[in-house]
Amino acid sequence: MRHYIPLSMMRDVYCAKYSAGDLEKVVPRCHSGAGRDPSRCCKRENAVHTPSAGRAFCAILLALIMVGCSTPWNNPYPASQTGENILYTAFQEQPKHLDPAQSYNVNEAQFISQIYEPPLQYHYLKRPYQLVPLSATEVPEPQYLDAQLRELPANAPAAQIAYSVYEIHIKPDIYYQPHPAFARDAEGHYRYHALSRADLDGIHLLNDFRDTGTRRLTAADFVYQIKRLAHPALSSPILGLMSEHIVGLGEYATKLRTVYDELKRKEGASAFLDLRRYPLEGVEVVDRTTYRITIKGKYPQFRYWLAMSFFAPVPWEAVKFYAQPGMAERNLTLDWYPVGTGPFMLTKNDPNLRMVLTRNPNFHGERYPASGAPGDARSGLLADAGAPLPFVDKVVFSLEKEAIPYWTKFLQGYYDASGVSSDNFDQAIQFSGQGSPQVTPAMRRKGIELKSAVTTSIYYMGFNMLDDVVGGDSERARKLRGAISIAVDYEEYISIFLNGRGVPAQGPIPPGIFGHRKGADGINPYVYDWVHGEPQRNPIEAARRLMAQAGYLGGRDPSSGDPLVLYFDTAATGPDSKARLDWFRKQFAKLGIRLVVRSTDYNRFQDKMRRGTAQIFEWGWLADYPDPENFLFLLYGPNARVSGGGENAANYANPQFDRLFRRMRNMADGPERQRLIDRMLHIVRRDAPWVWGFYPSSFVLHHAWYHNLKPNTMAQNTVKYIRIDPKLRAEKRQEWNRPVIWPLVGLFALVLVALVTGVVAYRRRERATAL
Amino acid sequence: MIAYIIRRTLYAVPILIGVNLITFVLFFVVNSPDDMARMHLGIKRVTPAAIEQWKHAHGYDKPLLWNEAAQGLENLTNTIFYTKSVRLFVFDFGRSDAGRDIGYDIRQRMWPSLAIAVPTVLIGLLVNITFAMLIAFFRGTSFDLSAVVLCVMMMSVSMLFYIIGGQFLIGKMFELVPISGYLYGIEAWKFLILPVAVGVVSGIGMGTRWYRTIFLEELGKDYIRTARAKGLSERLVLFRHALRNALIPILTGIVAVLPLLFMGSLLIESFFGIPGLGSYTIDAINSQDFAIVRAMVFLGSVLYIIGLLLTDISYTLVDPRVRL
Repeated sequence: MRHYIPLSMMRDVYCAKYSAGDLEKVVPRCHSGAGRDPSRCCKRENAVHTPSAGRAFCAILLALIMVGCSTPWNNPYPASQTGENILYTAFQEQPKHLDPAQSYNVNEAQFISQIYEPPLQYHYLKRPYQLVPLSATEVPEPQYLDAQLRELPANAPAAQIAYSVYEIHIKPDIYYQPHPAFARDAEGHYRYHALSRADLDGIHLLNDFRDTGTRRLTAADFVYQIKRLAHPALSSPILGLMSEHIVGLGEYATKLRTVYDELKRKEGASAFLDLRRYPLEGVEVVDRTTYRITIKGKYPQFRYWLAMSFFAPVPWEAVKFYAQPGMAERNLTLDWYPVGTGPFMLTKNDPNLRMVLTRNPNFHGERYPASGAPGDARSGLLADAGAPLPFVDKVVFSLEKEAIPYWTKFLQGYYDASGVSSDNFDQAIQFSGQGSPQVTPAMRRKGIELKSAVTTSIYYMGFNMLDDVVGGDSERARKLRGAISIAVDYEEYISIFLNGRGVPAQGPIPPGIFGHRKGADGINPYVYDWVHGEPQRNPIEAARRLMAQAGYLGGRDPSSGDPLVLYFDTAATGPDSKARLDWFRKQFAKLGIRLVVRSTDYNRFQDKMRRGTAQIFEWGWLADYPDPENFLFLLYGPNARVSGGGENAANYANPQFDRLFRRMRNMADGPERQRLIDRMLHIVRRDAPWVWGFYPSSFVLHHAWYHNLKPNTMAQNTVKYIRIDPKLRAEKRQEWNRPVIWPLVGLFALVLVALVTGVVAYRRRERATAL
Repeated sequence: MIAYIIRRTLYAVPILIGVNLITFVLFFVVNSPDDMARMHLGIKRVTPAAIEQWKHAHGYDKPLLWNEAAQGLENLTNTIFYTKSVRLFVFDFGRSDAGRDIGYDIRQRMWPSLAIAVPTVLIGLLVNITFAMLIAFFRGTSFDLSAVVLCVMMMSVSMLFYIIGGQFLIGKMFELVPISGYLYGIEAWKFLILPVAVGVVSGIGMGTRWYRTIFLEELGKDYIRTARAKGLSERLVLFRHALRNALIPILTGIVAVLPLLFMGSLLIESFFGIPGLGSYTIDAINSQDFAIVRAMVFLGSVLYIIGLLLTDISYTLVDPRVRL
């Protein structure tokens, strides 16, 4: 039972010190009508007589209550922020990079995607995911050229296309956020571009620079950023991939490395490599608002990359500014202080504690979408249609590594939204009679709502196709893999370990991505049957029959007569994983197979995968972009991990699949592409290089004051769409966070009793005689 | 004493080299430079060329301890160990593998660590000595027995239990203070109450038992019997005689850990979201940031050596019989 200090008791305490008028000023929210009666207060004042020790305690209590009435005692934010239009959220891992050329991590994207604006973005509401312009004026259509640079029609065969040219037009009136790199003096020279170390004395933060400036965004800034992908000091994670596609980028990187090494020898580690002086063949500025990217061959997925921060504009002034001697020693780098054109700018960068984004005063303006997916209007997601973005003035990200404090603060109203961990699942979520998730009555009473969506990702169990036992293209191995695919019951896995937050996978392509089929057409016929309108896993007897056909009758290895021993490699270690790994053992034991789990750290696990020494493993993939190519390439032969260092961790290679993949990847979505994908899925389902695992679902809870949330697993720049009601939040926080005083009083009484008892015992002992 | 301090300082140099070498070997047994590159480049689409480039940019493309290809002294100096370690001896910690200045981060993060550690130690000392004296006063009684049993029970409970229990009771149930987090400046006080309380309470069992043992040992000595024989009250015996002499081992124990307070508490900082040096070290280990790990181990070693030196010096201050 919870105990709250009654209002009447509060009034009693105030009366000892303050008049009613004082109370009105100091603690206006603590009053009810009766408490404003000064005569009543005075009467009580005269009646109260506390012992001297008690007075000190009362004084402390009074002080605490005075503070506590204006803001809850447990408020982790400054009291001055109460009622402000601020979005409070958390991050669990410090960002390593905030430079758009280097960052390739969801933890980092949640910051930089609000700051940088690439040419394109994903529509917030529409599904399937749809690209729309962001800093560009429209989604570019490629122009195809043959080897002689002659223009080809849009439907030209991919084999004829030597180059694809993307001409991108940007919006004309976009300005950068205020930043000292743009500040100019009266003569028009850059104010802070020629600083000495002495000039930086006393400067530790970006805010310590007095002057700031801005300038208009130009096409040259986009080109500059693409060149930065090849900068040797940045080690951009997509340089390798983009070098395969952007004309001249690989050679450009080699050239820059030579130039930069020479420059560093001359000027030291903080040498500024001015990329404007080094043209890149495949990327050029056409005019102030237009630039052109030339791609080798046909690569229709390139437009998705244009929605990532790697292709967002970066001003050369900022790079020059941060490259000055002494800047890096103060952690003043572009990697830590982004400079963008987006709705927010980073105003506090303390990755150990708190990151704060503040509304960019120079933001060019954007409107909330006027249309969405069916059902969005009914669920209120179009209530703000056409309203200017962003809605919130500030976003406060607090570092919260542990799940318990995160969840508790969410329930106390100090975070506006939260995920659901397994520990809190039963407290937060229950399933209806139809099996759909909903919040528990306790959550509903607090006004908490649930939003869920199947993510564009997959977790799977892979077979190393190079392995003598489980790998290869033989009928024996295929039947063994097929039997295991049936035996490993992912419906049960999802129920036990994910609290139902996932959908058993029927193939590599998750829902929401073109190529995924729903219903009877979409099931994996080698593992499931379609029964009563839903997929039903084949019985274990079917798996045992396959085992027998493969030569493993009763799960016994014919060469030794002993149970077949298979090895499962995983990076899951520690007691938390034990139950899960035991479950895997039991699944294999259904077939008589003895599964040996080889847990290791992630480094060693990766090493095994690279060398191809793992036999069975678990892994996952989170989509870069919503295209089937981004999942099917995980099974494309030339991408094999061992031979090519690619993302095909199973080292699966099927010439027929590879041929179809090469055709499919260059096609536009349509019936022909769907047919090809269906054939590819049939091949991989038959060959079973993976046990298809599951597509995880994301569950997000949010408070009643939080509006416009629609899970979007492709876009990260979604903070601008979120609207909150700070008044309601302040009221709820006050209501939900009344401090419970009695334990303090009890503790004080206990100490008092102990003291008195101790003194009495001490005196008695002092007076006692030896005999 | 000056000669002693100089001698101990010189001893510290091979100790620090040894600590650095062991840290280096242990770290690179578990993590290779390639692993570090992959950790920093992300887990997707990392090409061998990108790994090589990252290693080159961060100076991890050299041999670990011995450069066969180099000539003369460069066999030793043109290695990862030498280039990453030598500047530590002038307290130049360099930059983390993620690019941040380690010295700046340490200067920023030492204050929250101290803000927790100093009150925890001082209040803990006061509470533990008070309890220990009380128990020593009632030695041989059922109160003594109960207190010792309670202390053993408190010692047996994991620190995690205190942390989670404290967060649950004080932060969640009673809503008296924030459950975690931190604000710089004067508003930090409300974030310190819970971790300090947890730190103090979790240390009561061990601290009280230790101090009780020290007091009981003192109370059995001849000078105490003499004090009682001349008619002093038990209060005076305890406070004027026993406490003063018991302070010698207490003080020397405290002085040894004082410099380490700076390093923060790994668990408490991590669970309460305090941006101190303890959580800094844990994060660095998790993210395989060798630059930070070696800097923190080096700093910890230096502080430990200073602590031991101060302990020796404090002996001379509290016990005139000791000469250095």
